Amino acid sequence: MEALIKDIGFIIGTTLMYSTPLIFTSLGGVVTERSGVINIGLEGMMFFGAFVGAAVAYYSQNPWWGFVSAGLGGALLGLIHAIACVTFAAEQIVSGIAINFLGSGLALFLSRLFFDGATQTLTIPKKIPLPFSFLFGEGKLFKTAGFMDLVFNRFATVYLAFLLVAVVWFVLYKTKIGMRVQAVGEHPEAVDTLGISVYKIRYGAVMMSGLFAGFGGAAMSIAVVSRFSNTLISGHGFIALAAMIFGKWKPQGAMLACLLFGGAKGVEIFLGAKGFPVPSSLLAMLPYILTIIVLVGIVGKTTPPAAIGKIFDKTNS
Amino acid sequence: MNLDREALKSKFLNGSLGLTLISIALGFLLGALILLMAGFNPLEAYWVILKGIFSRSKYVSYVIIYATPLIITGLSVAFALRTGLFNIGAEGQYIVGAIMAAAAGYFFKLPLILHVTLAVGLAVIAGAIWGGLAGYIKARFGVHEVISTIMLNWIALYLSNFVVTLSAFGSQGTGKSYAIQSTARINLLSDWKISEAGIEFIRNHKILGDILKTPVNAGFIFAILLAVLVWYILNKTTLGYELRAVGFNPHAAEAGGINVKKSMVYSMVISGGLAGIAGALQVLGVSHRIAKLAAMEGYGFDGIAVSLIGNNTGAGSVLAGLLFGSLKYGGSKIQDAMQAPTEVINIMIGTIILFVAMPKLIRLILTILEKRAKN
Repeated sequence: MEALIKDIGFIIGTTLMYSTPLIFTSLGGVVTERSGVINIGLEGMMFFGAFVGAAVAYYSQNPWWGFVSAGLGGALLGLIHAIACVTFAAEQIVSGIAINFLGSGLALFLSRLFFDGATQTLTIPKKIPLPFSFLFGEGKLFKTAGFMDLVFNRFATVYLAFLLVAVVWFVLYKTKIGMRVQAVGEHPEAVDTLGISVYKIRYGAVMMSGLFAGFGGAAMSIAVVSRFSNTLISGHGFIALAAMIFGKWKPQGAMLACLLFGGAKGVEIFLGAKGFPVPSSLLAMLPYILTIIVLVGIVGKTTPPAAIGKIFDKTNS
Repeated sequence: MNLDREALKSKFLNGSLGLTLISIALGFLLGALILLMAGFNPLEAYWVILKGIFSRSKYVSYVIIYATPLIITGLSVAFALRTGLFNIGAEGQYIVGAIMAAAAGYFFKLPLILHVTLAVGLAVIAGAIWGGLAGYIKARFGVHEVISTIMLNWIALYLSNFVVTLSAFGSQGTGKSYAIQSTARINLLSDWKISEAGIEFIRNHKILGDILKTPVNAGFIFAILLAVLVWYILNKTTLGYELRAVGFNPHAAEAGGINVKKSMVYSMVISGGLAGIAGALQVLGVSHRIAKLAAMEGYGFDGIAVSLIGNNTGAGSVLAGLLFGSLKYGGSKIQDAMQAPTEVINIMIGTIILFVAMPKLIRLILTILEKRAKN
């Protein structure tokens, strides 16, 4: 019984850890798409963020500098996406594809410059801390490797991700600026007639999505592992994008979808560690199959923001 | 005379070819700037890349080998885009094609032409199913093809990683499938190359011998034929006309009596089949087997770039594929020659796509330049 509880704790804990990078990025997806701008470049932003996070954490010896810089790096790519899509009326998916090439290209280019020609960084001296580690251990409140330790003794980024879900939810649904973002995504012309700048709101939302995706990349490179490498972010941004749609463009929905993908990873790692005779690749496939089935099943109930992907040109209205 | 030149100029700048060429030039310019900022001489780097592409016949051969799968995945993406569908899933369709080709190439024992035909045919079917599935659930259930194809990419990747662990298909623990039979290979002169006469020939003929040292294969011929096929289907058949009409304006097409949903499925079936061929040819001509994939290989994603730079046409994909293949192969040379990061190529490709997406910006720049020139 105790072993079972521990196993469950292990799976929950691993799930939380692997969901975190996806949650950050997926929230970025929610913010940009609710403003009406598709951002398929989340992958590149996450990739770049993962590199910047690890590189800055390595040189500054402070993981938090890494984390913040990663966000700014992502936001920079967001700015490029916004310039292309908002100001110059670029096809949003095409611009996103370009961002993916730019993000991975810049990350690897800089990695080779700063890390002696390697496409990976050196191991960072300090990872993102475990904020509640003082509660766990011999003679502390909870014992080491118990259920509570396995579930709750996690990186600060894990807690930040869930906090951010709440913040994004609050801002999006309970504040004026959030209402405006939603309105811009549904009916930009109407917002424009009220004298609110559609461009400014979209710029803000797209850069915010880069910021969050950058955080997501860093949550991978300086928390889940302790370095950036060229295969570290391999499709995570795309999964986060799918999770956002799976979650019906809502922050809480996106979070749940990310937990599903993270959960599959958690179970996969658990079964791998136990030497369970189910091929891990078949197991890894499950959440993707499930996503398709669910998307097919919930047809009609999901509607993207009405103005999504459409170019808003003030001079036309 | 002057009027003619003006007319020609405006035709060039308003046409997609002119904008694409300007975008490519801007991509090279930005690549040079970035190299310069990083402390490398961009002219030297571009010279190394140029030499790395053209200075030996072997290099040219490699460029073509590199470009072949990119051209075909480019055609795949282009075909779907002409129907207004964004096939992010060429990657997965490529993978299932590669799996089928590796399986058919290993398990069957057939004469050469038949064996290759079977392997490619099965790969087409696999890719077509993979793509068609995304088309079907878009048409029937309204699930956006970008999301479904992203999911199908991952399913394909894990499927591939699963089948290579099967004991019938690959030796345990190596993470590789068994090599395909020699009758399924599309390499040119591969037996003769290792015969005494062949070795003698390679030694004595510098240029041709050099080419023969590379895995020369018939893939490029397939790629050209497929480009012609894509052009033919899109421009010379009723189906192609309908698909393009849907891409141009689905509502108008519907009103005009075209079955939009059916068109979506057809488009994705053909697009998927094409990507499947790309995977098959890579197995039959280059790798001869499949191996465990730690990450996406990127042939499908690069195909998106090829399609976009090639303006979503058959001929455009061939040219853009060759450009991408050249840069990818030639670009890898600057690493050893001058320790300059080869990933500047990705930055250039990204920049080119970004500018291709922004004709408005390019026109603006040109107008400003023109005004300056006049003053």
